[in-house]
Amino acid sequence: MAAIALEQIAKTYPNGHIAVKGVTLEVRDGEFMVLVGPSGCGKSTLLRLIAGLETPESGRIRLNDDDVTLLGPQQRDLAMVFQSYALYPHMTVRDNLAYGLRVRRTDSGAIAARISAVAEALELETLLDRRPSQLSGGQRQRVALGRAMVREPKAFLFDEPLSNLDPSLRAQARAELLRLHRRLQTTIVYVTHDQEEAMTLADRVAVMRAGSIEQVGPPLEVYSRPANTFVARFIGSPPMNLLTVPPDGLSDPRDAIIGVRPHDVRLGKGEPFRASVDLVEPRGHDAVVHLSLYDAKPSALLAVVSAPKAPLPDTEVRVGFRPDSMHFFDPASGARVNP
Amino acid sequence: MIAVRAVIVGALLFPLYWMLVASFTTEARLFEAPSLVPTAISLEHYRALFDTRDFLVPVRNSLVVAGFTTIFVIPIAALCAYALARMPFRGKRLLLALVLAVSMFPQISIVAPLYLGLRTLGLLNTYPGLVLPYLTFSMPLAIWLLTGFFRHFPRELEEAAMLDGASRFRALREIVLPLAAPGLASTAILTFLYCWNEFLFALSFTLGPERYTVPVAIALFRGRYQVPWGEVLAGAIVATIPVVILVLVFQRHIVAGLTAGATKG
Amino acid sequence: MVSFETRERRTAVAFVTPAITVIAMVALVPIALTFWEALHSHDLRLPWLGRPFVGFDNFAEAAGDGRFQAAFVRTIVFALVTVPIEIACGVALALVMHSAIRGRAFVRAAALLPWAVPTVVAALVWRFMFDGQAGVVNVPLRAVGMMEAGFDWFVGPLTAWVPIALADIWKSTPFVAVLVLAGLQTIDTSLYEAAAMDGAGRVRQFFTITLPLLRPVLVVATAFRALDALRLFDLAYVLTGGGPGSSTEPLSLYAFIALLQRLRFGYGSAISIAVFLLTLGFALLWVRALGRTLEGDR
Repeated sequence: MAAIALEQIAKTYPNGHIAVKGVTLEVRDGEFMVLVGPSGCGKSTLLRLIAGLETPESGRIRLNDDDVTLLGPQQRDLAMVFQSYALYPHMTVRDNLAYGLRVRRTDSGAIAARISAVAEALELETLLDRRPSQLSGGQRQRVALGRAMVREPKAFLFDEPLSNLDPSLRAQARAELLRLHRRLQTTIVYVTHDQEEAMTLADRVAVMRAGSIEQVGPPLEVYSRPANTFVARFIGSPPMNLLTVPPDGLSDPRDAIIGVRPHDVRLGKGEPFRASVDLVEPRGHDAVVHLSLYDAKPSALLAVVSAPKAPLPDTEVRVGFRPDSMHFFDPASGARVNP
Repeated sequence: MIAVRAVIVGALLFPLYWMLVASFTTEARLFEAPSLVPTAISLEHYRALFDTRDFLVPVRNSLVVAGFTTIFVIPIAALCAYALARMPFRGKRLLLALVLAVSMFPQISIVAPLYLGLRTLGLLNTYPGLVLPYLTFSMPLAIWLLTGFFRHFPRELEEAAMLDGASRFRALREIVLPLAAPGLASTAILTFLYCWNEFLFALSFTLGPERYTVPVAIALFRGRYQVPWGEVLAGAIVATIPVVILVLVFQRHIVAGLTAGATKG
Repeated sequence: MVSFETRERRTAVAFVTPAITVIAMVALVPIALTFWEALHSHDLRLPWLGRPFVGFDNFAEAAGDGRFQAAFVRTIVFALVTVPIEIACGVALALVMHSAIRGRAFVRAAALLPWAVPTVVAALVWRFMFDGQAGVVNVPLRAVGMMEAGFDWFVGPLTAWVPIALADIWKSTPFVAVLVLAGLQTIDTSLYEAAAMDGAGRVRQFFTITLPLLRPVLVVATAFRALDALRLFDLAYVLTGGGPGSSTEPLSLYAFIALLQRLRFGYGSAISIAVFLLTLGFALLWVRALGRTLEGDR
């Protein structure tokens, strides 16, 4: 297993598009690191740079303490699970699993042993002689995983591996991935655009935007102490409310932007602020209430309340914010400031 | 709609049908009032073709030249096309433009130096003396078609292979080429067809019937008093048979090759 | 140690070198040599005269040669006449093929055959069909009284073009149709449905949706066809030999005659260069026109 260190990595494509801007990141040995961000933020490019499929213009990439920046993907001993799985269509599952080992001239006895171990772990024994075209999506995903595992690489790289699965299978696949990580204690770098997936899987999350890392930290920290307004709104669903002009009684002498998570908005007769209810979205256990706050900008406010307490639309209610639940951000830079 | 379709297909195929009918019509009947459906079938032209005119010779010549050109061109073009489609290097766009430009060369424009060169090397009227000039148009054609094809090939398979430790060349050999068989086949077929049909170079660089290719042979048939239409058309039918077979069997591949090359403009 | 990127670049160069070498040897060097040859006087029938350098004399001779001028103009006119017809017919054929649901493969195979047969074969069969005595084309025309008994297409300088043009159109329409058909198949059918709901009839849909979306394909098809028309040789040689006289002689054929019948290699090379420049000129014009229309679109 390996620790991965990225130092000031930059990558610009020939058409001028700057994909990654001076990223520095450390992935600890055995850590499950998730790169998350909106599309185009550079997370896939960063993954490919780690894999060696792309070369950075500047910066260094280290595996443990070896500088691998100039090495090709063949020599980095990393395994990658692609979004489309990239199984070799003209080979059986067994040959797919064996390919990487055969290329590295592992002897056939060792190959067979590793294949049967992995096949057993992932329940692939009955599928070994089939071709990829004969497998379901979920089975293909397991074969892709198996192909990576069989090589016992220094680290695993995942490029949105669950986005091609049916939503019902996704939760199951996520749980399996977590179980796998716990058992194998492998270093994993995982790319996704789904912030919920990131929060569930990661030991640490790196939130990316436009080629840079906005914040790195354990999921709980990123959720409860977002470093800026972007992270604040990206992590957590429904997104955090950001008030540039808070209602009377709440204004901050620095004109700071006040952030409140919908779960921290309370509705009740004794609350300080007035708002009207625009829309109520029932979600089963709870409901998302779309409110219009009087005397505030923006007036739109989201609150999450338990289902029985949901108000009726077109009524007036009083809202308040749970104490110590407010976040403050600098109005110019968006960066987090202390209360 | 079906009537329209029938008329159009009929109009397209009529000349070929007519050629077929005429080749089986006796010499005497050829110049009488022609009938759509043959009343009597005669093999006299085909017999004359293969006995008197020894038509197997040009057939063999065409097969050899077209076959060797194709075999030679495909591997070289495939390597080049793969690099053009996948790998970064300086001057890539220049090379593509060059390939396109060469495919637009009028063949007549290089007949003079090729003729003089082949004459000096003693290659006029030989097989190599045709295969070499045929590379002029078949190489750009094959590169063009294969580049279009490789561009559509999913990148991730080669990337997975490289992460598995395979070099570019190995990934190409073990992963891409087996899966690229349809593209290679359609390119090979189109290359073979172009060589089989080629006329100007064959006319210019062969000197006698022993090395004429099929198109040259039938174009130069001479009769005692007039064009021996029966034999000419019989020869034309023989020239067309391999083409018909290839088109009927491989039409999907051919269309794929044509459109891949064209839409990559 | 060599970096991955460098190794990739070297591998790419290695992959590309064989092909470039071949192309250089059989295409680039020869075209330069043709140009060099055109600067010399080289008559293969008079080898004792050697091969003196004459500068641009051959080109000057060509410029003043009536036969050359006529062939040059003729070639351009041929392209201007046949290419639009081939494009229009190709689009029509593609529409027919596109609407076929059953038997589409059969129609497509049938349509491909004229394109796939050797040009020599096409020339011969059309020559046969227009033959004064045996030609099947003449039968209905004579029956209806539109043609006299002794009429021969190949005798008149203008009528001799008809079988050539028809053979070219017959052979090229399928090629255009195949390209257009591929283009048609990429057009989202819901566009037509939306237009129909907006009240547009089939004809209007064709002109406002189909044609504009087919533009890239038509541009490519037109370029290919025009280049082939300017290089016309096989059909003219086999159908009319350039006759009567030289009235159906395209430029390539004149170059061929000068080279391999008159054996005047210097002069023939000059004419060959003229053909090359003609196609090059068209290609450049086309690219510029393309560039301008693309900018206009923005």
